[in-house]
Amino acid sequence: MALSTPEAVGTAPAKSDLGSSHTKRWALWFTAIAVLVWVFYSFILPYLGSGAQTLVREWMPLGSINEALVWVICAVGLNVVVGYAGLLDLGFVAFWAIGGYTAGWLMSTFFNQISNGIYVLSAAPPNQPGIHLNFWLVLVAAGCVCAGAGIIIGAPTLRLKSDYLALVTLGFGEIIPQVFLNGADIHGFNFTNGALGIAPLDNISPLPFGPSTVTIGKATIAISKPLGPFDVTAKYVIFVLVAAFCVFVSLRIREGRLGRAWLAIREDELAASMMGVPLMRTKLAAYAVGAFMGGLGGVVYAVHNNSVFPDRFSFAISIILLAMVVLGGMGNVWGVIVGALVLAWFNSTGLPQFGQSFNSQFGTDINFPSYNYLLFGAILVLMMLFRREGLFPETRTRQVLQEAERSDDEELDGGEV
Amino acid sequence: MTATVDTRNALVADGITVRFGGLVAVRNVSFTIPERGIVSLIGPNGAGKTTFFNVLTGLYRPTTGSVTLGDKDVTGLSPHTIASMGMGRTFQNIRLFGLMTAAENVMVAMHSHTTSNIFQIVGKTRHQRREEKEGREFAQELLDFVGVGRHADEYARNLSYGDQRRLEVARALALRPRVLLLDEPTAGMNPQESAVFVDFVRRVREQRGLSILLIEHDMSVVMRVSERITVLDQGEKIAEGGPDDIRNNPRVVEAYLGRTGTEGSAR
Repeated sequence: MALSTPEAVGTAPAKSDLGSSHTKRWALWFTAIAVLVWVFYSFILPYLGSGAQTLVREWMPLGSINEALVWVICAVGLNVVVGYAGLLDLGFVAFWAIGGYTAGWLMSTFFNQISNGIYVLSAAPPNQPGIHLNFWLVLVAAGCVCAGAGIIIGAPTLRLKSDYLALVTLGFGEIIPQVFLNGADIHGFNFTNGALGIAPLDNISPLPFGPSTVTIGKATIAISKPLGPFDVTAKYVIFVLVAAFCVFVSLRIREGRLGRAWLAIREDELAASMMGVPLMRTKLAAYAVGAFMGGLGGVVYAVHNNSVFPDRFSFAISIILLAMVVLGGMGNVWGVIVGALVLAWFNSTGLPQFGQSFNSQFGTDINFPSYNYLLFGAILVLMMLFRREGLFPETRTRQVLQEAERSDDEELDGGEV
Repeated sequence: MTATVDTRNALVADGITVRFGGLVAVRNVSFTIPERGIVSLIGPNGAGKTTFFNVLTGLYRPTTGSVTLGDKDVTGLSPHTIASMGMGRTFQNIRLFGLMTAAENVMVAMHSHTTSNIFQIVGKTRHQRREEKEGREFAQELLDFVGVGRHADEYARNLSYGDQRRLEVARALALRPRVLLLDEPTAGMNPQESAVFVDFVRRVREQRGLSILLIEHDMSVVMRVSERITVLDQGEKIAEGGPDDIRNNPRVVEAYLGRTGTEGSAR
């Protein structure tokens, strides 16, 4: 006890102040880095020498950063479920897929039964069949569809406890992509186009209103123009904004009544219910919020690829997302972002590039990208051994995991008193 | 001593029976907690005290019988609903939210009395900010009341054992309960601490104007604080009355100390 007191007094009382300034610092850093990346790719990179350009294009193409941002959005969503409310979800890919397909349905010529097309502020060329909604509307729609799906999936599932919950979510994570894969002929109605997927998607307009004649931007970035599939820089800005929105929501919710209830459920479900916290409704809220963000991630992913294919939504995605959350630090949004960026970059660019340079250097022929899961596994095992709380843990979690021995002693003391 | 002329009951449990398969854990127990009274439930281990307690809080649904809180029938309602209707409790083995601060612990229990929805929380509307502010103030008031006010921003798990017990009471009080159930609150306390606790329980009753039900093993605490004592043995109510009645009741003595072989078998 005597040992613990000074430390506890040192860290805990300052917590609330420290928490907010801490958050502000991280938020500032992330904004700064996001802006710097944008400035670098749109203004500095074109003037660099060709050597430097190749280096950047090989090791850090903006496309891979965009993809990493998709992972960030989904990981932040999963963090609400796993990190905040403590519900292990092994099927988060389901929401990613639903979001993606919602984008496919609402932003393409897929529903060609509608021959004249339904246009809502869309940047798509006129007189095409299908539904063409504005990208931002699609974001909202997909988020809501996924939140609804989260509630539908969650309602029967969330009555289960820990391991059983994980297993059932795993099941749903498998079912949903299968539904999309086999949805080409549902009583004669082509619902998902099966393995062919939905492609291409509409060009998106960067502003909530359609392509108008308003030209705010200068020559470098024409803001009002529809963005094509290769307009990576503008998409980067959009993706960052979506990610920032998810982060903002995560942080705000955490502070309020709902975030406290989630924490309480994570800490002690029975005690929480005895203190008037409705378990089902609160857990469903976590699911819905997480799924909403997963839906945003799905739309952004579909836009990033300009297509939706069912085979992209594999079980591995759920696991990688979970690895990102665990690696970054469960419950801490900033940690999760770092975890997601690092793992996503490593997976998509870092490992293949490293393999290529390694092979050309030593004349070997090792297929490095195929070892990615081996590496992920190794990283996770090492993390669990040496840094269970993740790279950037929540202040709360850091306490327990780093001081596990001390707390055991304390409990013994308590029992004896 | 505080003869508040209030004969109404804060809680009425009528003919509660709980059956687990073939085992009858509680058999036809009726029980009341008078408004602003302090009553105790005692009995040897395995007497069905905890089961009965769990019926009151809604964790178990009684096989037969009903529970009425105030003037509302709460039989079979979920624990969180009963809690929000005015039933606060503490736990025998402390169940605080260890990684939340003392103030946060208390504020969790205000969940059912606050209304901000998810959009108001994200938007930090004026309603939400006022609710948060009032919540924090009320939490501080309760923490001060139980005497852990200076630890408001400390994680619950870092508090000393006694402070954790107090914090549990503060958390239960945040429900604005009509009835406060204390499950072996002096477990692990030495005699001095227990004596202080007896005064504390009285103070809670006086100042918060609620009724208290105590499950307790420490007879000195029970005898000092209770206005009425109910004794359970083998799932049945074997005695009820004031401390002196209970002390001298042969069935109670028998339940605790066993029969002397000469007496006839009642079972």
